[in-house]
Amino acid sequence: GVKDGRWTVLQLVEALGFCLENTDPRMRGRGIQLLSQVLLQCYSLLQEKEVLHLVLFYESRLQDNHLVIPSVLQGLRALSMCEVLSPGLAVSVLKAIFQEVHVQSLLQLDRHTVYSIITNFMSTREEELKGLGANFTFGFIQVMDGEKDPRNLLVAFQIVHDLIAKDYALGPFVEELFEVTSCYFPVDFTPPPNDPHGIQREDLILSLRAVLASTTQFAEFLLPLLIEKLDSELQSAKLDSLQTLTACCAIYGQKELQEFLPSLWSSLRREVFQTASEKIETECLAALRALSACLSRSVLSSDSEDLLDSFLSSILQDCRHHLCEPDMKLVWPSAKLLQAAAGASLRTYHRITHSVLPLLLEQYTKHTQSSQRRTILEMLLGFLELQQKWGHVEEDESPLLLHQAPVCSVVFSALLDPSVQLQLVGIKALTVLGSLQGFLSSSNLELVVDHLIRLALHEEDSQSSEAAMEAAGSLAPTYPKVFSGHMVPRLEEELQSEREESYHKRQSLQQRCLQALAAVSTHTSIVKETVPILLQHLQKVQKETEAKNTQDVISVCQSLHRVALQCQQDAEGCWYFHQTVVPCLLAMAVQAAMPESTHTLPGKALLEEEVLAAMIPVISAATTHLSPELAAQSVSRVVPLFLDGDVSFLPQNNFPCSFQPFGDGEHLEAQRRLIALLMAFVCSLPRDVAIPQQEWLLRELLALSCSSNCPFTATTAAKCFAGLVNKHPAGQQLDEILQLAVNRMEPSLAEGPRRTQALTLLLWVTKALVLRYHPLSSCLTDKLLGLLGDTELGPATADGFSLLMAESPDVLHKGCHADVRIMFRQRFFTDNVPKLVQGFHGAGPDVKANYLKGLSHVLNHLPKPVLVTELPTLLSLLLEALSCSDRVVQLSTLSCLHPLLLEAPQIMSLHVDTLVTKFLNLTSSPTMAVRIAALRCAHALTSLPTTVLLPYKGRVIRALAKPLDDKKRLVRKEAVAARGEWFLLGSPGR
Amino acid sequence: VSPQVDDAQSTVSVEFTPTIPHCSMATLIGLSIKVKLLRSLPERFKLDVHITPGTHASEHAVNKQLADKERVAAALENTHLLEVVNQCLSARS
Repeated sequence: GVKDGRWTVLQLVEALGFCLENTDPRMRGRGIQLLSQVLLQCYSLLQEKEVLHLVLFYESRLQDNHLVIPSVLQGLRALSMCEVLSPGLAVSVLKAIFQEVHVQSLLQLDRHTVYSIITNFMSTREEELKGLGANFTFGFIQVMDGEKDPRNLLVAFQIVHDLIAKDYALGPFVEELFEVTSCYFPVDFTPPPNDPHGIQREDLILSLRAVLASTTQFAEFLLPLLIEKLDSELQSAKLDSLQTLTACCAIYGQKELQEFLPSLWSSLRREVFQTASEKIETECLAALRALSACLSRSVLSSDSEDLLDSFLSSILQDCRHHLCEPDMKLVWPSAKLLQAAAGASLRTYHRITHSVLPLLLEQYTKHTQSSQRRTILEMLLGFLELQQKWGHVEEDESPLLLHQAPVCSVVFSALLDPSVQLQLVGIKALTVLGSLQGFLSSSNLELVVDHLIRLALHEEDSQSSEAAMEAAGSLAPTYPKVFSGHMVPRLEEELQSEREESYHKRQSLQQRCLQALAAVSTHTSIVKETVPILLQHLQKVQKETEAKNTQDVISVCQSLHRVALQCQQDAEGCWYFHQTVVPCLLAMAVQAAMPESTHTLPGKALLEEEVLAAMIPVISAATTHLSPELAAQSVSRVVPLFLDGDVSFLPQNNFPCSFQPFGDGEHLEAQRRLIALLMAFVCSLPRDVAIPQQEWLLRELLALSCSSNCPFTATTAAKCFAGLVNKHPAGQQLDEILQLAVNRMEPSLAEGPRRTQALTLLLWVTKALVLRYHPLSSCLTDKLLGLLGDTELGPATADGFSLLMAESPDVLHKGCHADVRIMFRQRFFTDNVPKLVQGFHGAGPDVKANYLKGLSHVLNHLPKPVLVTELPTLLSLLLEALSCSDRVVQLSTLSCLHPLLLEAPQIMSLHVDTLVTKFLNLTSSPTMAVRIAALRCAHALTSLPTTVLLPYKGRVIRALAKPLDDKKRLVRKEAVAARGEWFLLGSPGR
Repeated sequence: VSPQVDDAQSTVSVEFTPTIPHCSMATLIGLSIKVKLLRSLPERFKLDVHITPGTHASEHAVNKQLADKERVAAALENTHLLEVVNQCLSARS
């Protein structure tokens, strides 16, 4: 009634009059409870005057019987939310509460009410409460003193935090306020199980930390407490103290820290030197960094002693000498401490490196063992990396600049050291030095480049050589001129040099050159120099007649691919690469495919399947990141090339005869293979790029895929078709072309000489549609399921299931903008596995294996977590699959069972008898991979409950003795591992 | 530890060097090596585990113990000893 405005509160009070004045406290309590409930519902409707009276009434009730108090507090809470509360009332309510109520003797809920009242007033009547001065603080301290409930503590901590943050007068009660909060530090609270309130230990820790670290006024009390807790034995207390200290440093200045610095430092040092816990070490270092940062932040008054300086001096004094003993345990903790301090600010960095850098350089020359040198250089590297954080090194007083020459010579000497480990650190240091703008002089830079070339090309260890190439790649964008001026010509020279060395040596040198050229191409200006070199080399290599030249062509393609990947992000470089490389590759391939040149040997290399397969990623990577406009420009040239034989955009385009990959005739077989390049291009285009004459192209591809006799050509055409269909926008056109495809496939699948081609096309089209959840996909998969029962095509179809589920390397993946829905594998699994199982049960004995194979392919590609939940239902089928004689089925079944053994031992132990027998049988399979997988499973069996396994122990150990003598090392290795584990089963000391 | 394997003759000979001449663990180490090899090698191999000459005070006694099949078998009957050996061989730390 009150809510609707039909009754006023006054009327309610009058109506309740009897209750409110009843002598029985219980009755009174009930009356007040009702009134409070009403107020809580409609406090926003109250008039100022009503509020005044109610407040006075409630205040007077506070002195009432303890049974009444909870309801009174509820009422006050309602009133505290009133906006029309007249000035002065808030203060008087609080005063009354502070005076009349002993809060800590109330129940948790009522205490919470009190906190809510205070919070409400603090958020709306800040000014009035501040008028109370320190009395308010004192009152609150009394209220919260002794609070135990975590729910209330969270609120109370929030209030204290607000008290401090909003600048309430603390007066003489700073220490009391600190005491009343710090007594909870460090928080030791484990939430009860099934806690509905969901308060975590972490919540309390964080809110308490916010309080403690909120004011400098607590410093004199807090710091001793932190030091005390840091010196305690408890890990969690240490961690909490360190984190709180770090938080405090954000607001403290020298004044607060001054007194405690020596003991803080000694505690931190002790922890880092002695602790075994990595977490504590990290926190210590963070705290030290925060401390130093805090000290270097505070402004110095000219007369006072420089605290930072003395603090750092003590750190240096304690840590410096440890750096001289690179074999001792304390060298790394010391280095880490120094680096943490140096990482705090530019000033600390200067101060510390000023002292440490010369020392490290001196130590490097003093110690001659490469392991010691490595430690020293690694420390040096740490300091250099810190300099990176501060950026430029232009200032004159930078200690690094002072020691430029010795630092460089140390790093260079490391590069010349025979120890690979030292070389690797040296290369890393070199990368860091290079990234410091302005540190390396131009003469030094040339030296750097020389070293990198030497390491990349001539160092025997591949690790160093790779690292050197990486370093070159990461430095090249900073100094493009130096690298394109020095490194690229040197590499080119080496690449072309025909020095009389052994063939093998030259081969590997050329390989290295190609790799290095690719690695260094990380800047557009360099790319523009390296790409012509690579293309030129490709031209040269493909003309050579030596036997191994396919391999050479492939390595050039791999280098080009790497370059393509590196310049994908840069629009200019990407376009340059695309318009230089793609036409050139196409031109070379077209040239090679010309009928005249097929009878001569040169040129043929380019048409090898592996070579075309290596060119696919190059073109694909050069295309995927093109902007739509540029891609459209490019597509309008490439597609006519294949459809109309329009060669005008190719360099050197005077070919002896026309290019008609889709034409008829035996002599065009070579040209048809180049559909692979068309596929690489057209299937990598962004989805929104329109392809000219797409319908025509699709029809040609379809015809080719069904009619070609060459499996490579047919497969490529099918893939290309599928790649386009996957991206084709849904609609009538798509439906028509799909219908056409189905019509072409059906008759050839049924009978005739081209059944395999039709199956390949079916598989690829199905994949394209499964990926995009096209409605036709289920119809096509049903067709595939039907083919599993075909004696001729069954095995190939079963293998095709792996094609459906696996990520394909060149088309139909996310990277080339294909339409791939998430979880298509799971969906395929739920849709089709029941049908597979059903088909298996209904199939004749000669084709049963096909279903198992298909099933195991599907399972193999399913994410492991899904597999583990779904497998138990399929378990009996899988066990049957183990007896299947097809090794692919065996292998994939074993690999399905392996995770299951580890993750669902309870279910598996029901079948232990079958499992043991089957696994042991398979350990003597003629296929090595099956033997290995079986032994792994036998090993995994040991994770089943021991009691289940013990009856089989003797038998397994005897059976595993045989593979111990296997003729393959990898098999013996697995056998040893498995047998050792079986020996340990059930014996003491496992 | 330096092993010598002769596959054709089916013999394996392992020489190990204890840390100090008075190393009290020498027998246990030898036993562990022997047991691991027994479990990991095909049965056709004849095993010989012994201390590198001149590196242990009671070299001869230990070698004799390790060469004695009966004593090795007896040692593995001893639950306590087996536990220690298994701990040495267990992959889990």
